[in-house]
Amino acid sequence: MDKVFNVIISGVGGQGILTASELLSKVAMASGLDTKKSEVHGMSQRGGSVVSHVRFGRKVYSPLVEMGTCDLILSFEKSEALRWIHYLKVEGAKVIINDLELIPTTVSIGLDTYPRDIVKSIEEKVRAEVLLIPATDIANRTGDARTANTVLLGAMSNYLPFEPIVWEKVITESFKKHTIEANLMAFRFGREFK
Amino acid sequence: MSNKVLLSGNEAAARGAWEAGVKVATAYPGTPSTEILENLVKYDEVYAEWSTNEKVALEVALGAAIAGARSMTSMKHVGLNVAADPMFTSAYTGINAGFVIVTCDDPGMHSSQNEQDNRRYAKFAKLPLVEPSDSQESKDYLKEAFNISEMFDTPVLFRMTTRISHSKTMVELGERKEVGIKDYVKNFRKFVTLPANAKARHYVVEERLKKLKEFSSTSPLNRIEEGDRSLGIVTSGISYQYAKEVFPHATFLKLGMAFPFPEDLFKKFASMVQRVIVIEENEPFLEEEIKTLGYTEVEGKKYIPFCDELSPEVVRKGVLNEELPHPEPIKSVMRPPVFCAGCPHTGVFYNLWRLKATVTGDIGCYTLGALAPYESIDTTICMGAGITNAFGFQLARGKEFSKKVFGVVGDSTFLHSGITGLIDIVYNKGITKIIILDNRITAMTGHQDHPGTGKTAKGEVTKAVNFKDIVKACGIEKVYEVDPHELRATREVLKEVMELDEPAVIISRRACALLPEERKKQAERPKRKVNVDICKGEKCLGCVKLGCPAISIKNGKASISDLLCVGCDLCIQVCPFKAIS
Repeated sequence: MDKVFNVIISGVGGQGILTASELLSKVAMASGLDTKKSEVHGMSQRGGSVVSHVRFGRKVYSPLVEMGTCDLILSFEKSEALRWIHYLKVEGAKVIINDLELIPTTVSIGLDTYPRDIVKSIEEKVRAEVLLIPATDIANRTGDARTANTVLLGAMSNYLPFEPIVWEKVITESFKKHTIEANLMAFRFGREFK
Repeated sequence: MSNKVLLSGNEAAARGAWEAGVKVATAYPGTPSTEILENLVKYDEVYAEWSTNEKVALEVALGAAIAGARSMTSMKHVGLNVAADPMFTSAYTGINAGFVIVTCDDPGMHSSQNEQDNRRYAKFAKLPLVEPSDSQESKDYLKEAFNISEMFDTPVLFRMTTRISHSKTMVELGERKEVGIKDYVKNFRKFVTLPANAKARHYVVEERLKKLKEFSSTSPLNRIEEGDRSLGIVTSGISYQYAKEVFPHATFLKLGMAFPFPEDLFKKFASMVQRVIVIEENEPFLEEEIKTLGYTEVEGKKYIPFCDELSPEVVRKGVLNEELPHPEPIKSVMRPPVFCAGCPHTGVFYNLWRLKATVTGDIGCYTLGALAPYESIDTTICMGAGITNAFGFQLARGKEFSKKVFGVVGDSTFLHSGITGLIDIVYNKGITKIIILDNRITAMTGHQDHPGTGKTAKGEVTKAVNFKDIVKACGIEKVYEVDPHELRATREVLKEVMELDEPAVIISRRACALLPEERKKQAERPKRKVNVDICKGEKCLGCVKLGCPAISIKNGKASISDLLCVGCDLCIQVCPFKAIS
């Protein structure tokens, strides 16, 4: 693939965004592509907004996605999808959102309000396909609610040029032994969600 | 592709040091540099330590290099300010075995208090500068930095930035090459910088720079990538990657060894292209070198901003004055970093807010005490300044004002550079009040041990510094120890201390809520619940003012998230209606 594919994974510190972007990079690498990913550690991990950029293709230079070129946003939290919407390309982008609202302290103490109708406002402003996924509910079906991130990766995988078998291999290699089965199941449940 | 692995720049630098045969590695934690030493710890062949501060780190590693072992020290950009003193003189003494100083700068200030460009230190201290632009180069160039160090008898400054340190790119690994310990021969004229010796060494430094200048034009670290000759781009580090995205067809002068500036190579490059643009983050370091050569028509900062980090869109906007089409931004909610649920700092800053104290702050998680809802901290300058700034407030505004002033400092930070400030207060008869926020770890950078934790970087058990003993030895007679989660008791101590006409130190001790031992305790505690029939909700907001991320207002009443609650009882303590259990 000559064209570089650009993904942004966003969410809140502590949600496992860096682990998810690591998995995606490994899948790209195992599929024979060049890949780079970028994120920032430190201050942003204390419950703040966290974002990871993942790029893959035949040859990748910048680890950062350029504004206007993002093919897909995967957000682990609803308001965090909004934050990066201007990075999307203007036509044909995908936005996959976990149906989860985490209310920041700024809202509780009255400094800000939590955005309403997030899916609607994205659909109004961007010509992108938006998918809202109840990842925690789906993850519960595996018996382990902590596999919600893998559900989301499964849903995202439908829109990426990688074979499911490569994903499953990387999942098997990356998770602790006793959680592999639940994660594989979560990935397949996520993949069914289109 | 199968022999390649995905590594961050920091992981790759650690691997490069190992492959280069490094024996001694030192560091003080600081974003974005921390993971370099964290990864070196894993190699049995390398002695790796968390040093007390960056100056100590540089001196220990330099000593090892003089004594014959390949050595490396790593730190964040502002850490090099602390270590600048020995660094400048190490340029005069030179080395014996290879010695590399790694600085990780933070353009964009993702986790820093300033945006200084440490490439300037290379020129200032007259050290060769090596800069990688991805993880593969972080590994390979670090090995080359050791060769340059030994070839020219000089420390080498190896400069990374956040987007190099924390981006992951593919790396082909190599093997370790043992280099052994070099003979140590006592050399009074070289290593003892008495004025007469140092004077002679300065001539050596200037001669060395000339040789390095010739070398940098021939080094494979500097290269011309031929392309369309109508545009020539000079760049280095991460800026190279952004420039390649925006100008894939231009001719490039890509610099991996930017100081001493490769004059001959640049002249060759300049003769090849019609127009030269310099693309570099922050300071016009390369541009100034080029203009000094007489190429005044070269452009750079005319287009590229001084402030903040670069990105492909900033480069495109700067040079071409265009943007790729993109959707309009949509406003999201403000989500700044906050104290974690159960954070020991919550108790201290809640009380400081209630007492309306003036607080001189320091560098660590607790800097967040400056934000809402506490808005407690008045100043944040650098490591150690929480203590000394507080004394300055007393000197300017008198003892009465000073009674409501507290200097706060973390445990690791106190050992890093707080002790000298405390001695200054006692020696100069101050009455300043200091709070040591001892959460038993270097927390902000991701839990590194320090001399107070009783464990080394390698996880070995060692002596732990006793904070109370140190404080007393500095001459402080009033020393208090509190558990910050006992809100009332802590407040009583703060009030008592405010009335004192002598200096005092409060050691606020409670382990970081994210430490594994603490997490185990949290798992056994019940999640806190709000009785909505009693809760006054929006009319009260007593618990919300704690700033705990687990607490929010839902349908007009307080609500505690099961996901985030760690079962501490701070909210129970502050609820005036006993609505939480």
